[in-house]
Amino acid sequence: MKHRLGFAGKKLIRIALLLLGVSFVTFLLMSASPLDPLQTNVGQVALGSMSQEQVEALLAYWGVDTPPLTRYAGWLGDVLKGDFGTSLLYRRPVLEVVGERLSSSLILLLSAWILSGILGLFLGVVAGAFRGRLPDRLIRGYCVVISSTPAFWLAILLLLIFSVWLGWFPIGMSVPVGMESSAVTVFDRLYHAVLPALTLSITGVANIALHTREKMADVMESDYVLFARARGEDARGIVLRHGLRNVMLPAITLQFASISEIIGGSVLVEQVFSYPGLGQAAVTAGLGSDLPLLLGITVITAAIVFGGNLVADLLYGAVDPRIRRGAAKS
Amino acid sequence: MEPILKIRNLSISFKQYEKGTKQRKIQTIRNLSLEILPGQVAAVVGESGSGKSLLAHGILGILPYNSQMKGEILYDGRTLDKKRAEELRGREIALIPQGVSWLDPLMKVGPQLFKGKKDAQTKTRYREALARYGLGPETEELYPFELSGGMARRVLIASAVAEKPRLVIADEPTPGLDERTAVRILGHFRELADEGAAVLLITHDLRLALTIADQVTVFYNGETIEKASPEDFQDIRRLKAPFTKALWTAMPEHDFKAAEIEGPGDVGGDA
Amino acid sequence: MRKQINQRQKAKILAAVVTVVLAAVTVCGILFTEAAMETDFLSRNQAPSAVHIFGTDWMGRDMLFRTLAGLSLSIRIGLLTAAISGAAALLIGIGAAVLGRKADASISWCIDLVMGIPHILLVMLISIACGRGFTGVVAGVALTHWPSLARVIRGEVLQLRQAPYILVAEKLGVSKMRISAVHMFPHLLPQFLTGTILLFPHAILHEASVTFLGFGLSSEQPAIGVILSESMQYLTTGKWWLALFPGLSLVLVVLLFAMLGERVRKLLDPASVHE
Repeated sequence: MKHRLGFAGKKLIRIALLLLGVSFVTFLLMSASPLDPLQTNVGQVALGSMSQEQVEALLAYWGVDTPPLTRYAGWLGDVLKGDFGTSLLYRRPVLEVVGERLSSSLILLLSAWILSGILGLFLGVVAGAFRGRLPDRLIRGYCVVISSTPAFWLAILLLLIFSVWLGWFPIGMSVPVGMESSAVTVFDRLYHAVLPALTLSITGVANIALHTREKMADVMESDYVLFARARGEDARGIVLRHGLRNVMLPAITLQFASISEIIGGSVLVEQVFSYPGLGQAAVTAGLGSDLPLLLGITVITAAIVFGGNLVADLLYGAVDPRIRRGAAKS
Repeated sequence: MEPILKIRNLSISFKQYEKGTKQRKIQTIRNLSLEILPGQVAAVVGESGSGKSLLAHGILGILPYNSQMKGEILYDGRTLDKKRAEELRGREIALIPQGVSWLDPLMKVGPQLFKGKKDAQTKTRYREALARYGLGPETEELYPFELSGGMARRVLIASAVAEKPRLVIADEPTPGLDERTAVRILGHFRELADEGAAVLLITHDLRLALTIADQVTVFYNGETIEKASPEDFQDIRRLKAPFTKALWTAMPEHDFKAAEIEGPGDVGGDA
Repeated sequence: MRKQINQRQKAKILAAVVTVVLAAVTVCGILFTEAAMETDFLSRNQAPSAVHIFGTDWMGRDMLFRTLAGLSLSIRIGLLTAAISGAAALLIGIGAAVLGRKADASISWCIDLVMGIPHILLVMLISIACGRGFTGVVAGVALTHWPSLARVIRGEVLQLRQAPYILVAEKLGVSKMRISAVHMFPHLLPQFLTGTILLFPHAILHEASVTFLGFGLSSEQPAIGVILSESMQYLTTGKWWLALFPGLSLVLVVLLFAMLGERVRKLLDPASVHE
């Protein structure tokens, strides 16, 4: 137990350092940009008609007049106090915007994460067990085609089929246009989340299934499976008893590693479905040079990704007897 | 007495790519013939990596998909085809593999031995087998990585013995063991034969094989080059093939005699 | 008797065919770039027909030409970025394995950092830093695709370093750089080549995605991302062909690259001797 705590502690320190790195790199990239936030957001014409003081006030607002390092130090100091700054476009605290957007994205992310994980594991195990035969070819074909398909185009395709052509789902927005947000029911939210979640799941499955298939194929070629066959165990029993068990560990790592991919996919998919989630906010912040917001989004998603990796490592240690018992003994 | 296993002109080959796109057939076993009576230990001796294991897999019907088998295998007087092998393996015909890597690393020994069965009868059968080799019930709770090399071998032997097999195929059961443990493990095979089972011992270690075998088939480059009884190995003049002579000379106790007789001949040649 | 064609010969033929097709698309795209920009207000918003197989858009531009030009652009950017990424992966991977523990630790820290930010977000950020446009998207895609290949190469090199002939060379005092170049590189080549070719699909997809979001190529260029982004405005009015054909063609091109990578891997991978 002590060993495990020490392990987690070390990992936490590493994560903190990585997050510091992420924030610094993001900050550097944003402030290295030659794009002028005033021109993008206020416009050349409007700027021309402003007085010197007004322009200076805007420069100060967008932070263009402060040297980048001073600005970063200030930002970091505030973050340590729990303040991620104010979004320049939304004119609200970054944490508030991120919280709101994240909670709206959460249905998408979670359902896609779970669905693609279960389906990917299942398809991967089946393909690996039937390596080289028809089920394997079909599943692998699906995975290769899907991983060659841009997520946003798949989203457009689903939108064309289910919303425009069949009319089953709304074209966009997570709530019906013109409705008071308090009047929005859970059903409405879910209804609008179906297509984006579906898109994310379809794309997420491919990667997990392909990797699980590799592992499963390795397991099926292992000495212990050969021995199980030699001992007269039947094919079904071998897949369920030995295959699943040994594919489970890599599957844990795979599942938590897919968090980053799903968040990435949500950026594209939310854009197509104009779903007001975190991904859409990231695009808006990027296009509008809203440094505090984009910085906040990047650091918080990175924290989620690293957190996922940590959970995977800890789970791995709890599940794998070689680590669990090995550590207990030493 | 009728032989329990009769192998006639068995050939096993598999396809492999050479450099680029050329494909070739690799013949690992050519025209092997062998008979084992109940109560006998038959040793098949060949150098490491010569595909001896394929013989075991061929009998059990678990060859890899890119391989081909020709010839005839008779078990108990009837042809042993894939279907019959599937019915018999793990029951009448048992494999004892090399070592611990042949056990599922993530499953405890007990459930692994029981093959998913949970009835008391199966459990007792395996517990008795484990006990026979000095392994208590606590072994069932261990994971393979917690077994020592010798323990792992005894678990593997118990896995076969519990089924009371008529034919035991032991595939390289001794590498990585110290001399004493190896001799003890081989002793267990002799015991099984003495109780009436037929034992096919596949190994690279001629010297150890001679301690328990009733007949020895030496195998070089896929070809059977020598069939002999252990007594033949008392005297090098009774051995025919140069490779066997070389093996014989390589045995420590014959070291000094090597100088007295003519050299072992061209080992790496067309033997 | 007809000689039977085996898996590897098939792979060779297929790889050759795929390469020719991709090259043809690239050349056609360059030749048709002019035609892709040509407006014809008399034939606006036409559904696919014999004259315009992929239809026309709201400015009467032929969608087939636009798609070809876009694919060509994608392939060229893909080649450029995959080449840069591959070279970076090679250098970084070897560096991590050869330059000692500290270098290895810091490189693996950098890889963790890059992997921690969702990929598309990082491409966006780098593109912003370079002022978006062509430079932005090339930098963004090229600078984010090296980690996985670098890891593979690092592992390879670490294994190679234990090989007897490398150990001997080290004992003989051959310099690290020379060992890397003369003794290691030839052995890394298969992994490196396959890895780099397999970077293409990812590079192309990310270029299209980032351009679609508005962080990549400018809207005047007939890039697939631009075409699809524009098509979004016309979907509700039923102009499905604006999105369907360009997207489908992109999927095909990416699939071809993926197939090419697979075949090359099959040919070079020693582990596939049994198949």
